[in-house]
Amino acid sequence: MRWRYALTAILLVSAVLFAQPSFAQSTVRIAWYSDGNEGEVLLDLLKRFEAANPDIKVVVDQMPYKAISETLPVQIASGQGPDIARVTDLGGLARYTLDLRPYLKDPAYWEKNFGPFLAWMRPTGDTQSIPGFMTQLTVTGPFVNKTLFEQAGITMPGPKATWDEWAKAAKAVADKVGAPFPIAIDRSAHRVFGMVISDGGKVFDDKGEPAVTDAGFKAAAQRLYDWHKSGIMSRELWGSVSGATYRGANEEFKNGQVVLYMSGSWQIAQFDKTIGDAFDWTAVPNPCGPSACTGMPGGAGLIAIKTAKDPKAVGRVMDYLASEDVLREFDSRALFVPGHLGLSASGVDYPSASPLAKQALVVFTQDVGSVAPLAYRLQGYPYNRVIFNAVISRLGQAISGEISLDEAYKRIDADIAQEIAVRKK
Amino acid sequence: MTVDTQHPPAARPMAGLDLWGVVVRLTDAPMRAVQRLLGERRMPYVFLLPNLAFFGLFVFVPLGLNLWYSLTGGAALFPSQRPYVGLQQYGFLFDCGNILDVSSCREDHFWRGVHNTLFFVVIQVSLMVLFSLATALVLNRPIRGRGFFRAVYFFPVLLSPVVVALIWKWILQRDGLLNAAITTLGGQKIIFFVDPSWAMFWVIFVSIWAHMGFYTLILLAGLQAIPRDLYEAAAMDGTRPMRVLLRITLPLLWPNMIVVIVLALIRGVQTFDEVFVLTGGGPGTSTLMVVQYIYETAFANQSQNFGLAAAASVVLGVVLFVLTLLQLGLGRRKAGA
Repeated sequence: MRWRYALTAILLVSAVLFAQPSFAQSTVRIAWYSDGNEGEVLLDLLKRFEAANPDIKVVVDQMPYKAISETLPVQIASGQGPDIARVTDLGGLARYTLDLRPYLKDPAYWEKNFGPFLAWMRPTGDTQSIPGFMTQLTVTGPFVNKTLFEQAGITMPGPKATWDEWAKAAKAVADKVGAPFPIAIDRSAHRVFGMVISDGGKVFDDKGEPAVTDAGFKAAAQRLYDWHKSGIMSRELWGSVSGATYRGANEEFKNGQVVLYMSGSWQIAQFDKTIGDAFDWTAVPNPCGPSACTGMPGGAGLIAIKTAKDPKAVGRVMDYLASEDVLREFDSRALFVPGHLGLSASGVDYPSASPLAKQALVVFTQDVGSVAPLAYRLQGYPYNRVIFNAVISRLGQAISGEISLDEAYKRIDADIAQEIAVRKK
Repeated sequence: MTVDTQHPPAARPMAGLDLWGVVVRLTDAPMRAVQRLLGERRMPYVFLLPNLAFFGLFVFVPLGLNLWYSLTGGAALFPSQRPYVGLQQYGFLFDCGNILDVSSCREDHFWRGVHNTLFFVVIQVSLMVLFSLATALVLNRPIRGRGFFRAVYFFPVLLSPVVVALIWKWILQRDGLLNAAITTLGGQKIIFFVDPSWAMFWVIFVSIWAHMGFYTLILLAGLQAIPRDLYEAAAMDGTRPMRVLLRITLPLLWPNMIVVIVLALIRGVQTFDEVFVLTGGGPGTSTLMVVQYIYETAFANQSQNFGLAAAASVVLGVVLFVLTLLQLGLGRRKAGA
């Protein structure tokens, strides 16, 4: 009998050891960052994908935005990056993207629905490839603490108000209620260029090369400089760190310390979740300058990386995430303005949003329609990050009193020329 | 218990499964062969080889790569894809009308970093040595709770620099602990990090707070090594305490002071993490240090100017090398004396 037990045991162990899954499973790795709840929504959507596609396992590496903007590019350049990444520097990473066309079910669907934004992701000179899609379209614009206006008994400026009118009103409110920040603008040149273009800034010369410090730019820069001198803006944001370091004022806004906060549509979900009924807030249309009333477009794109181990699997994951129904649910639950033309046309419902968030989404969706063409061009310019870095670094120095504005203009032009030369080598 | 000194372990008869014996027997024959091949005098190098290989791979290869990067341009990551530009990057760094006037320099941020680092090192090292010495002298006396105070002063050394910076940031911010105390006492809030002087003051203060315990410990060890009979003789002669400090304690503590000064200098030149988290180099560039300049030039916001950052690293490396030579030289003089 003993040999029978032994044989049975050997057979059982062999069955466990040598059992193979009936299919080979591919792993697709996604590098992802979140401003709000979009990471949770993505994981939920991917669970369904994995259930329907047992041969593909999707691993999502959730990382802070700083890692996406600073560590990920080096990882990708060294060939050690993920298969897919959610990024905002689309032009800077364009040379590492995978052309998904051979791996997509219907490339025409992508062209039709993501067409205008694909140019942002393509390497210079490429007009055909499909590197990814926009997980959200963003537009910069101001949020206002309505409760502070009501407490101060001051009427909010109307839809076509200028920046100067808003500054005057915000300062009056802050003085009356004791708010420390009349206006706060994220320490990011991307937030500034809406104002620059509204003030008549052209950004590029006739040959298409950057020519940033023109009269329009100087008008906006002078305004920001003066606001810091007069206390309309606090130096805590722009003057307290060096270089191109990003600093947001979302925490200060959530704490009710800011009257007008210039940021963008990506903040809606977190404001909706964290402010609750602490105070009433609203989004307002971008203030006007002599030339326009524009914000800057932008957004996060989900791009496929050239070094992906299994491009076919990557194509299937991307096809799923970019499909209209999935993207509709994603945008609806994450409270995002869609970067999909079909969804923009049909509209997205936001059942989970509060009335305040719904109103903000309406304002930002309308703002998308008034974005100046130059703003789109700047957003699609592959070296826009070079321009943004130079502007924020040097304006920050001027605002902290280290250099004059004139010195800052000279340095901005020199920095941009030098950095673009490095990239073109 | 007796120890068998006549027969090394390999020669001893094995009792049961002696694993060590098996290992020694296995390596004995090849090592003997290597020794026959190279000769007995070269055998130490064979034993050093694994460590040298490891050290070379992780220290000398990156050093060489860094040097190569500093001679190349472009934004590509792989050395093979980067064009050779000779000493151009060093030319950019040193392209200055007057290095005392940073606005005349092409790479003004580099020179601002150099000026800030020099200022930081001079002030921080001086104060650090002074406070460490004072603390060591106090802790060397037979005071109550001496062990507790020694632990208290050493505790910040155990914290990560990032944690130290975050704690102090929390204390010093607009609505932080210090401003809460100031307003409770009827004062006005101070926004410390928008004022260059305050920012540099706190950077130096926090750095001293975080590292003083380590240097205090070195000095304390030195103080305890001074023979007690010298103090007893001085006491019998009725020597004044200040004279004892100047004529006995400080001269005999000098070798330890040299170690502390040089280590603090090297650490000061390398400063990055605490300052980066605490002030981000601001306001403006008033607390930007050289290492932060290197980091931002290479990595922050996709700057990707690896060549320029590598050239600045080489310059910094040369400074640190000189400081290390200084330490070695002084250490040898001490050993010679």
